[in-house]
Amino acid sequence: MRCIINGETIELPHHVRTVAQLLRHFHIHEKIAIVEINMDIVPKDNYEQRAIADGDRIEIVHFVGGG
Amino acid sequence: MLQIGPYTFQSRLLLGTGKYPNIDIQKEAVEASGAEILTFAVRRMNIFEPNQPNFLEKIDVTKYKLLPNTAGAKTAEEAVRIARLAKASGLCDMVKVEVIGCDRTLLPDPVETLKATEMLLEEGFIVLPYTSDDVVLAKRLQQLGCHAIMPGASPIGSGQGIINPLHIQFIIEQATVPVIIDAGIGGPADAALAMELGADGVLLNTAVACAKDPVKMAKAMKLAIEAGRLGYEAGRIPKRRYATASSPLEGMSIV
Repeated sequence: MRCIINGETIELPHHVRTVAQLLRHFHIHEKIAIVEINMDIVPKDNYEQRAIADGDRIEIVHFVGGG
Repeated sequence: MLQIGPYTFQSRLLLGTGKYPNIDIQKEAVEASGAEILTFAVRRMNIFEPNQPNFLEKIDVTKYKLLPNTAGAKTAEEAVRIARLAKASGLCDMVKVEVIGCDRTLLPDPVETLKATEMLLEEGFIVLPYTSDDVVLAKRLQQLGCHAIMPGASPIGSGQGIINPLHIQFIIEQATVPVIIDAGIGGPADAALAMELGADGVLLNTAVACAKDPVKMAKAMKLAIEAGRLGYEAGRIPKRRYATASSPLEGMSIV
């Protein structure tokens, strides 16, 4: 499956099918991260159920220093 | 005590978290500042380097109120999107609306700021808009029901201090919500002046983060803001054109 994650086209392995699996795949499941798929924010409680589809535009954002 | 929406704070210093030399100095500076509100930006995560240091992971987030900004937004819609992302973290319900209208000066776009404030208030956010020092705009933002007004002292990161104290005073005098002087503070004297003018708080970042000794400057800002506030509450004397003697005029025949 191919998705656009943070603006980059990324080929994901077959076992990555949900948001939770996606975060684990990149080793960021314990980070404070917020996920948006096709401009819709995915609530944390839905990570296990929310499926990822081919062509999805995914944003994974976090808090950085700022004023 | 500073009250913003449902929240109360002892400290009147709001501290930004960008541009520190490293995380250890930053932690120490945040502690020295006594700040209870910390601002953050929302950005894409580098998913290929997940172990890059992140300040938020190094602090006890329950000890601070997080104030994410919408920096990077140029329209109200972009600001709302960033604010929603921040809120979805489950860590905050306050937002600093920052919609930049000019890349060179980083001055805010008043029209988009007003629009974003209205949209975010409707969604239940605690909204603190960063605005120019325009009293009419401040009034319009208040009418919408924003929870604080944050006029800039001078351009972001410029360190020029308060370039138009008269406009800041106009805003403060009519304010029905806290006025927090945001952006442009260079040194402790600027922060003290903001408080002496009657501001309810000061938000700064670069002045501390980029000082030669950020920890010492954080403490200096804390003290300056406390001194300025005390001075405001104490009520300064009016300025006079000519001298008035401090020593008594009676019993002067000995000289």
